Amino acid sequence: MLNKIYDWVDERLDITPIWRDIADHEVPEHVNPAHHFSAFIYCFGGLTFFITVIQILSGMFLTMYYTPDIENAWKSVYYLQNEVAFGEIVRGMHHWGASLVIVMMFLHTLRVFFTGSYKKPRELNWIVGVLIFVTMLGLGFTGYLLPWDMKALFATKVGIEIAGSVPFIGEQIKILLAGDSEILGAQTLTRFFAIHVFFLPAALLGLLAAHFVFIRRQGISGPL
Amino acid sequence: MSKNRVSRRQFLSYSLMGVGGFMISGTLMPMLRFAVDPVLQKSGIGDFTPTPQKVDELTDTPVRVDYTIKDRKDAWYESDVSYTAWVYKDGDAIIALSPVCKHLGCTVNWGSEGHPNEFFCPCHAGRYTKNGANVKGTPPIGPLDEYEVMVKDGLLYLGGTKPNTLV
Repeated sequence: MLNKIYDWVDERLDITPIWRDIADHEVPEHVNPAHHFSAFIYCFGGLTFFITVIQILSGMFLTMYYTPDIENAWKSVYYLQNEVAFGEIVRGMHHWGASLVIVMMFLHTLRVFFTGSYKKPRELNWIVGVLIFVTMLGLGFTGYLLPWDMKALFATKVGIEIAGSVPFIGEQIKILLAGDSEILGAQTLTRFFAIHVFFLPAALLGLLAAHFVFIRRQGISGPL
Repeated sequence: MSKNRVSRRQFLSYSLMGVGGFMISGTLMPMLRFAVDPVLQKSGIGDFTPTPQKVDELTDTPVRVDYTIKDRKDAWYESDVSYTAWVYKDGDAIIALSPVCKHLGCTVNWGSEGHPNEFFCPCHAGRYTKNGANVKGTPPIGPLDEYEVMVKDGLLYLGGTKPNTLV
């Protein structure tokens, strides 16, 4: 049945070359843990992506209950965690995944660094990777505020002060993030929500696409 | 007719680029202006707010003054918000210092345990002298801000903050 549907679509759209090009490629022996167990260090990039997918999915579902408003944000988080079936699990996935994705990304960075994989011709991919790193940290920073508890509020106060210490344009960056020159409040929360849920994920997907296209064009770096 | 005639192809290309640029900027401009609006708003130095502190009772030792701004406007949200100032008398002048640490924005205290006669920030051990000057070698990079001060009917009124004028 599925085969028939596939053939029917393939006959009309010729999709086989597309997915072949995406999925069908050799994995060199030196990056395959089945050959050399130590090659597990090559898994961290893929694990980062895997957790990123979990973050995107769990985040999409969290917004079904979450309300980015200072009166209701904390209440909505409390509700979705304690009243909704599996709320603790879904929020837990997003909460722990947020830390884990940073850890995996850091290990991936270390692997690339110590195998020298950033060297010519892969310098551009290193740069894109650093941009992904920054985007991820931004996602972590903006997401931290959203539960709107005391820890979130004061962490953001401190974070915004750090942003404000940028020379010359610090004050402007600070207001742009907080949405107000004095108050860290209603506008800060909506801004952080928008940045966390729309702007940074959009940037992240674009950067990830570039990261993957580059690695497919250039291949995985050779053995040490 | 000038020597450099614009070919049909160039004319079309310029027209398309012009129209395209107009459409793109027409789409992006409202969104960008929308996003940066808070940056371009005047930061209104707030009106003076009465505090419960009687001016006669102030000494040359900083005391903590807690007060509330009624119906503070945070965009579409109005609420009563409490603020804190450290206030003392320097001769006849009344000095009200903001408790917001200039390192990372934690809250400083006067005369906390182990730190008599100075402002101390518990987050990263930032220290300030009585007039708000940051002690060299501690994390803060500037002196504590000052509040605008007004006296009415024997009560202390506080306004917005301004950079420290004493240091």
